[in-house]
Amino acid sequence: ASVAKYIAEHERATHLRRTVTLVPGDGTGPETTAAVVSVFKALNVPVDFEVVQLSSTSPNVDESLKQVVASIKRNEVALKGITKTPLGQGTRTSVNVQLRRDLGLFADVISCKSIPGIEGRHKNVDIIVIRQNTEGEYSLEEHEVLPGVIESLKVTTREKSIQIAKFAFDFALSNGRKKVTCVHKANIMKKGDGLFLECCKEVAALYPKIAFQPMIVDNTSMQLVSKPGQFDVMVTPNLYGSIVGSIGAGLVGGPGVVPGQNFGLNHAVFEPGARQIDQSIAGLNQANPTAMLLASSKMLDYLQFPVHAALIQQAVFQTIQAGTKTADLGGSASTTQFTEAVIAQAGLIAEKSI
Amino acid sequence: MSTLRPLLNPLRQWARGLSSGVVRDGKHVVTLIPGDGIGVEIAEAVKKIFATAKAPITWESVEVKPILVNGVSTIPDLAKQSIHRNKLALKGPLETPIGKGHKSLNLTLRKEFDLFANVRPAKSIKGFKTLYDDVNFVTIRENTEGEYCGIEHEVVDGVVQSIKLITAQASDRVAQFAFNYAKQNGRKKVTAVHKANIMKMSDGLFLERCIAVAAQHPEVQFEHMLLDKACLKITQDPTAFDMLVMPNLYGDIVSDLAAGLIGGLGLTPSGNIGIGGVAMFEAVHGTAPDIAGQDKANPTALALSGVMMLRHMKLNAYADNIENALLSVIAEGRTVTGDLGGKAKCSEFTAAVCAKIL
Ligand SMILES: Nc1ncnc2c1ncn2[C@@H]1O[C@H](COP(=O)(O)OP(=O)(O)OP(=O)(O)O)[C@@H](O)[C@H]1O
Ligand SMILES: Nc1ncnc2c1ncn2[C@@H]1O[C@H](COP(=O)(O)OP(=O)(O)OP(=O)(O)O)[C@@H](O)[C@H]1O
Ligand SMILES: [Mg+2]
Ligand SMILES: [Mg+2]
Repeated sequence: ASVAKYIAEHERATHLRRTVTLVPGDGTGPETTAAVVSVFKALNVPVDFEVVQLSSTSPNVDESLKQVVASIKRNEVALKGITKTPLGQGTRTSVNVQLRRDLGLFADVISCKSIPGIEGRHKNVDIIVIRQNTEGEYSLEEHEVLPGVIESLKVTTREKSIQIAKFAFDFALSNGRKKVTCVHKANIMKKGDGLFLECCKEVAALYPKIAFQPMIVDNTSMQLVSKPGQFDVMVTPNLYGSIVGSIGAGLVGGPGVVPGQNFGLNHAVFEPGARQIDQSIAGLNQANPTAMLLASSKMLDYLQFPVHAALIQQAVFQTIQAGTKTADLGGSASTTQFTEAVIAQAGLIAEKSI
Repeated sequence: MSTLRPLLNPLRQWARGLSSGVVRDGKHVVTLIPGDGIGVEIAEAVKKIFATAKAPITWESVEVKPILVNGVSTIPDLAKQSIHRNKLALKGPLETPIGKGHKSLNLTLRKEFDLFANVRPAKSIKGFKTLYDDVNFVTIRENTEGEYCGIEHEVVDGVVQSIKLITAQASDRVAQFAFNYAKQNGRKKVTAVHKANIMKMSDGLFLERCIAVAAQHPEVQFEHMLLDKACLKITQDPTAFDMLVMPNLYGDIVSDLAAGLIGGLGLTPSGNIGIGGVAMFEAVHGTAPDIAGQDKANPTALALSGVMMLRHMKLNAYADNIENALLSVIAEGRTVTGDLGGKAKCSEFTAAVCAKIL
């Protein structure tokens, strides 16, 4: 009741409702998206979910992928768990990659930020990794030249490089960030990464207020674990984004706490940022729903429900700080216990601020 | 299997170690490439330390400055011959001139001597506090193909294709090397790192070959892991790893990540193993022009590379003596260089190490 009153007092757009596509995915996806559904329900978030199943291991995967794409095209926004991808020759293309391509989700934003209450080796990490999400090493063009000799093509285009660089600098500007680091390997891939670096430099010149720093990817990895405080926003080609984002996630508490956002020109898909499926604990009620809850909070911001967004984020942070943690953070709370605690915290926050 | 046979011979030859090198007056002749920048100072330091330890080595110093032959950059014949003859080299950092025609000298050396495997141990130094303790794993990086094949073209204006090349031959070779290294060095587990969920054919082939080679070495545990998962785990809990084997670019990145855990480039050694029996050991850091010529550089990385070389030569007693001296000076922390937070000069650190040699 206090939550309803608090929202009514603070949120201007309470009469609007939005429908959003929900893809539970594989691994821990079903449990962590279920956590979001219960929190939304308890807090009367004006969002209705259209649930569409997607799993690359199901026999009708092409059909379900079509349905997911159609649903997201209709709703424009989705919340999604990660789907599992089979390994090796002759296996099916990653449905995650296909979805990003079909929807033109060119930018992946991974937020690696220290959360009070999570003890780590590093303090005050606050890094945004902005990753080109549709080309590069993920072009899926490979062929066998001779038996036992494979060529894999990495495609870098001026168009997409400029697009992601602009996105990164705009993001930096509108979020009060000071610096953009471009991660590359242009000393070896002189033309491909060279083009990416050149495009970033061109765009950087248009944003004199934001500092620009190019850095080679191996050095970047070393600097990330030794002096992470030097990084602010990072912009990367596809594969390096996976690497830098994973190291960033490792710095702040792991895949269970890092949210991700994918943007295209017309669509946005919110998912855990470190994209791990955590098959080993799937279905055991042990997964940490923090990454998914924070992704849902980012989604609410995007949908212009800022009060709900802030309430969920704060409730998650306070729950962790109060010591309710899942096993990945050294605690003993189950997924559902953690979720209950978040709902209770949201109630407390609302009560205090009425 | 038949494609493997020609490869195994040079590997065996390599495994026999020094049989084909040069021994003069009971000492092994080793090519020393001091290199550029801080290379000169740290090579001097290493010579002093090795002499104090009476390591049975005669250094044959050569300069490696790039030269252009028919527009292709190469290295001087004298250096080439010295390494081919001695089979063993210790190398400081090299500077690659910027400008037309010059390829990276490191790439040139790798090609010339078929240095197919890059061995990079990362081990926490007791007494030198970093955010990560108890790191102790070895990265084996495929050194000849992958993203470093150098084939790129602009298909149309603004669209570039870069080719990554993965072969069964090179994958087998490096996987064999990793498992043999594990056995010879008492390591228990090998983790193959790949991205075969996305690059299904190329990384798929690498993974497939690692799995096949693992089956020939049942006494060594084997697992495989996606690159992103590996980066995540190394950052969170590096103690979960013993040995890693991976394609070229991933190895480059992951080994630097590992260096970041244990305190940086001043401390990390490496070795490059060639098909024809050549082995070249080098510090992984660069020429550090900002501190060159000022007696400030930390010679530990190059000295530890020399220690790796001694172990490769089965001169373990000398290796242990030198390594212990280096590590105890660092652990005491009184006479360490600037990169480790100290004030000592390179020469002072070197003297302190020599004083610890038994
Ligand atoms: N077979 C699997 N085993 C374990 N984890 C997997 C598997 N398939 C996928 N994953 C996890 O889910 C992630 C997403 O898989 P996908 O194939 O879609 O790659 P991606 O998200 O495009 O790549 P990236 O991880 O580089 O962002 C993987 O990187 C991995 O963390
Ligand atoms: N052995 C060392 N001792 C002390 N500091 C070092 C050492 N090696 C590297 N550094 C420090 O790390 C920095 C980066 O290392 P690196 O040697 O790669 O320099 P660089 O300027 O990039 O040289 P290069 O162009 O040859 O790669 C150096 O500028 C130096 O300050
Ligand atoms: Mg490197
Ligand atoms: Mg360098």
